[in-house]
Amino acid sequence: MRALKTAILSAALALGLTGAAQASGGVKIPEQTWSHGGVFGTFDKAAAQRGFQVYKTICATCHSMRLVPIRTLAGIGYTADQLKEIAAEYQVKDGPNDAGEMFDRAAVPADRFPSPFPNDQAARASNNGALPPDLSLIAKARVGGEDYLYAFLTGFKDEVPAGVVVQDGMYYNEYFPGHQVGMPNILSDGGIEYADGTPNTAAQQAKDVATFLTFVAEPHLEARKSMGIKVILFLIVFAGLMYASKRQLWSKVH
Amino acid sequence: MSTGTTVTFSNPVVKWIDSRLPIFSMLDHEYNKYPMPRNVNYLWAFGAIAGVMLITMIATGLVLAMQYAANTHIAFDSVERIMRDVNYGWLLRYLHANGASFFFIAVFIHVFRGLYYGSYKAPREILWMLGVVIMLLMMATAFMGYVLPWGQMSFWGATVITNLFSAFPIVGDPIVTWLWGGFSVDNPTLNRFFALHFLLPFVILAVVILHTAALHVCGSNNPLGIDIKGPQDSVPFNPYVTLKDGFAVVVFFIFYMGFVFYAPNYLGHPDNYIPANPLVTPAHIVPEWYFLPFYAILRAVPDKLGGVLAMFGAIAVLFVLPWLDTSKVRSCKFRPIYRQFFWILVIDCLVLGYAGAMPAEGSWLLIARIGTIYYFFHFLVLLPVLGKLEPVPQLPASIAEAVLKKEKA
Repeated sequence: MRALKTAILSAALALGLTGAAQASGGVKIPEQTWSHGGVFGTFDKAAAQRGFQVYKTICATCHSMRLVPIRTLAGIGYTADQLKEIAAEYQVKDGPNDAGEMFDRAAVPADRFPSPFPNDQAARASNNGALPPDLSLIAKARVGGEDYLYAFLTGFKDEVPAGVVVQDGMYYNEYFPGHQVGMPNILSDGGIEYADGTPNTAAQQAKDVATFLTFVAEPHLEARKSMGIKVILFLIVFAGLMYASKRQLWSKVH
Repeated sequence: MSTGTTVTFSNPVVKWIDSRLPIFSMLDHEYNKYPMPRNVNYLWAFGAIAGVMLITMIATGLVLAMQYAANTHIAFDSVERIMRDVNYGWLLRYLHANGASFFFIAVFIHVFRGLYYGSYKAPREILWMLGVVIMLLMMATAFMGYVLPWGQMSFWGATVITNLFSAFPIVGDPIVTWLWGGFSVDNPTLNRFFALHFLLPFVILAVVILHTAALHVCGSNNPLGIDIKGPQDSVPFNPYVTLKDGFAVVVFFIFYMGFVFYAPNYLGHPDNYIPANPLVTPAHIVPEWYFLPFYAILRAVPDKLGGVLAMFGAIAVLFVLPWLDTSKVRSCKFRPIYRQFFWILVIDCLVLGYAGAMPAEGSWLLIARIGTIYYFFHFLVLLPVLGKLEPVPQLPASIAEAVLKKEKA
């Protein structure tokens, strides 16, 4: 058993080292508590729905979410009818029809969220040369994940530290790598009216939209975590049985 | 392998087949009666664990390959389709991505076990060398597999690693163009990497079969490093070792599943969730954790060609290890001086791994350089010299004797 312990310890050590290495560089991102964190985590569906509202009214003006079908939102508690209504608010290009022409139609839940710009060049042209990143995977594509998204959205500073010159058309953000970002501070207290009466502070909006973006990046998170508990409990019981039988068998030769 | 020992099977069908093609006799001989030293510890289970990981990777990889599209325009999106729309696609992909890491964990422990107990010494030299071949093939396979999702790290990792070959004079650039199938990492590169990533695991499987065949000729080593002298020293493989290895596999899977279900992206790089973009270079291009010690060695040498040679040399030195170690004593248990250097080597490899993840500048570069020099010093100087200087100990007469003595004490 001692050898086994050594082995596990070395593996843990090796993993720990790589983990520490990845988190290094840049500013320390403060950790938030998330209902979807931890072993038993599930999404705060109300927060994710509010986050969708923030995404729809604010983020989607510039950012695409091209990998996510609208039907995915069933995972944060929308019914089939609600999804049809949500989809119908979007226009998507379809075709060609029998006359050989492309046409616009109302989206259905199977469609993906339409992008605000036809291509990257158009997006840059409208955004002072900067390309607003696609949001489908943003929660997994940044060091710090949803903690980073929250820190970034609440990390804009009007007062720039001494000695820093913010370039024309750029904004200062405490948590953005390099601190200068093409995106302005877009969330403001009271900038959006929540239907459920939740206080609409900028921080609350940031938290909600970070929850929503985590959901769209990892829509199967809840299924994964609930399956994980069963798998690991099974393995622990199975390991116990294996160990007991192994002990009994080997007692004859020791 | 099968040494002509005949087994009589009661089942007439089995008997009929076996007298024409003795696969049942072979299996009985190799996996039922095969004598294992009775004193092997749990470190000996990592061979079996690595085997289970190889099968896991082939099984999950086969299903993923049915859904994946190797084209630069849709590779990234096809992986996301697996994650979102394929039934249990997220599970398959996380099993496969984390499986690579856990395959390497098992193999690295297996290698260090071999180093500690002298499993590479006569008569197991070919067995050891086949093992090094497997590790090399694994590295090639893992590297090409990481390119397939066509994220930023896929693209830039592929660019950095393939560019290494350009360090060779005259033939370097043509080799790189040939590897790429063009003048940069692009669609032809992705296509061939997918083809090779599918092929190589089966090559690994074939070499694993040779590795096992070579093992079963000379038998397994053990913590004492002395040979089996009679039936009192061994236990039959089945059920003793099958059950013990089975337990170890289940425990290993608890850790593996912990990552799959609760930290599936911890061992990957967030940049790989950004689609590949040849016009934007990531701030730090970092390989997967299992390449970090080698990456540190590569960057520690100021000269590009020198770095490439040092990196390949770090593996090449393992090929000739059986002849570098001049000591006739296998196990570290009886080599108190070498034992301490073994642990220094382990720490050296961990430090190199850490340095590999850090930017190659300032004190980290210095640490990587010292670590690299020590790595080669260990194999090229320490091992040959130490074998001559270390006093030859009194080895136990037999495994059984040592085991019984330990139990009395």
